[in-house]
Amino acid sequence: MALPAAKKTNERVLVWRHSLLVRSTHWINALCLVFLLMSGLQIFNAHPRLYIGKYGADADRAFISAGARGGQASPQGYLQVGPLTIPTTGVIGVSNQNGEAVIRGFPSWITLPGYQDLATGRRWHFFFAWLFVLNGLAYMIYGIFAGHFRRDLVPSGDQLTAAHLKREIADHARLRFPKGEEARRYNALQKIAYLAVIFILLPLMILTGITMSPGMDAALPWLADLFGGRQTARTIHFISASLLVAFVIVHLFMVVASGLWNNLRSMVTGRYAIEESEGPK
Amino acid sequence: MTLSFNRRRLLKGAASLVGASVLSGCDALVTNDSANSVVQSAETLTKAVQRTLLGRHQLAQEFTEADLSPDFKVNGTDYPEGDAYARLADTNFADWRLIVDGKVRAPLELSLADLKRFPSRTQITRHDCVEGWSAIGKWTGVPLKTLLDAAGPQIDARYAVFHCADRYEEAADGNGNYYESIDLVDAYHPQTILAYAMNGKDLTIGHGAPLRLRVERQLGYKHAKYVMRIELVDSFANIARGRGGFWEDRGYEWYAGI
Repeated sequence: MALPAAKKTNERVLVWRHSLLVRSTHWINALCLVFLLMSGLQIFNAHPRLYIGKYGADADRAFISAGARGGQASPQGYLQVGPLTIPTTGVIGVSNQNGEAVIRGFPSWITLPGYQDLATGRRWHFFFAWLFVLNGLAYMIYGIFAGHFRRDLVPSGDQLTAAHLKREIADHARLRFPKGEEARRYNALQKIAYLAVIFILLPLMILTGITMSPGMDAALPWLADLFGGRQTARTIHFISASLLVAFVIVHLFMVVASGLWNNLRSMVTGRYAIEESEGPK
Repeated sequence: MTLSFNRRRLLKGAASLVGASVLSGCDALVTNDSANSVVQSAETLTKAVQRTLLGRHQLAQEFTEADLSPDFKVNGTDYPEGDAYARLADTNFADWRLIVDGKVRAPLELSLADLKRFPSRTQITRHDCVEGWSAIGKWTGVPLKTLLDAAGPQIDARYAVFHCADRYEEAADGNGNYYESIDLVDAYHPQTILAYAMNGKDLTIGHGAPLRLRVERQLGYKHAKYVMRIELVDSFANIARGRGGFWEDRGYEWYAGI
């Protein structure tokens, strides 16, 4: 939030960046995503094959699959995506569990629980799915009615010019971050990334998630058709989860690169330090 | 060289120790009873919300012949063990009888021919396994409502329990008999049928011959195969481990709409 400076310390000024609601929903969301990812991979492991269409089971062609060849003696893990097959022994298909090579989709260190237990994975997945949805709802209502989206996330006109975007991309590539007045707001690439996650990826996770529920498919018959069938929805659920993981990796990298403690403080206390001396750009 | 090797080994050891404690922390969390009861509360919420959205009569999506799975996966038991079932199968289930009893006014005993004389319902629906796969099949059978109307549930009947011929992954306590239960909302649902035919042919043994339950708004494990007896009860607390089904006794949700 571009609010007036709160406190002056030397040339650094602490400005209000995140409201209490943004901070709390951010951390609840982070917790949910960790549990959802780990329990989700447990669920994936129960049938590590993804299809396109209304149906899909072992006899049908998989669009994406994780598996092993070469038999129990010396299994070789692979990830198949369309016509591509990538050897992934050690991570996907075959991985180490208690010092033994076992055949499983994703390795035990990233699934919840670590051992194979679909029932428990589902229980935890659905609990955190509810928490994630309710938390997201609170954030959405706040974002719309308190002006958070309009004020903080929608790129302003000057940020959307070709010249500005070109400079931002070049700056990003050199890990050069905005200073002074310009640091009071998110940069355009940041805004676009956040908007894509908030309005595309996360809603897609929820919609494709409930499309896998036979009860919800009966209640809302257009759901499965919207995605081209339950199995396509399951595939999209997996792909958008992968994109979310990619977003989180870049997000964490940028948090560290642009000032770990400053960013962490702003997401905990709400205050973000900017260098006043640089002056407006 | 030695030093750096040792240091690397030390670091690696420390890292795997941290990793292991985080991991066992996760596993300790999911096996913690109070954490589990909190997490399990979501099941009640899911059922309440889905039942509100669904109502009693909202139908599961039905498909066309063009959507049928070319190869409908046989899952779970593919041939029930034991002589009793084998003898029934040998005579094409001529001696098989479906028992409907428990909290009913008039218990029933019906042969396959008796069942086929009732008005039938045919539906092409998607079978969603809890593991994640789906298969589309055409099912023909007698609506459960028809049998319940004939037997007349007593006022305190709340669940229909399906006792099956198959034993599956028998546990140490001898609880291996497959069974399932649904409440009367699902029991009276128009798509809840006892199917004796699949894709226009008699039900195969792999798919649950002579009779399997279809309860289309829930996951595959609710669709009990090899149904021998339907018992109406006011509670399933005293059956097997008391959770209302073979997989429910092994940790899966009783309400499997999700």
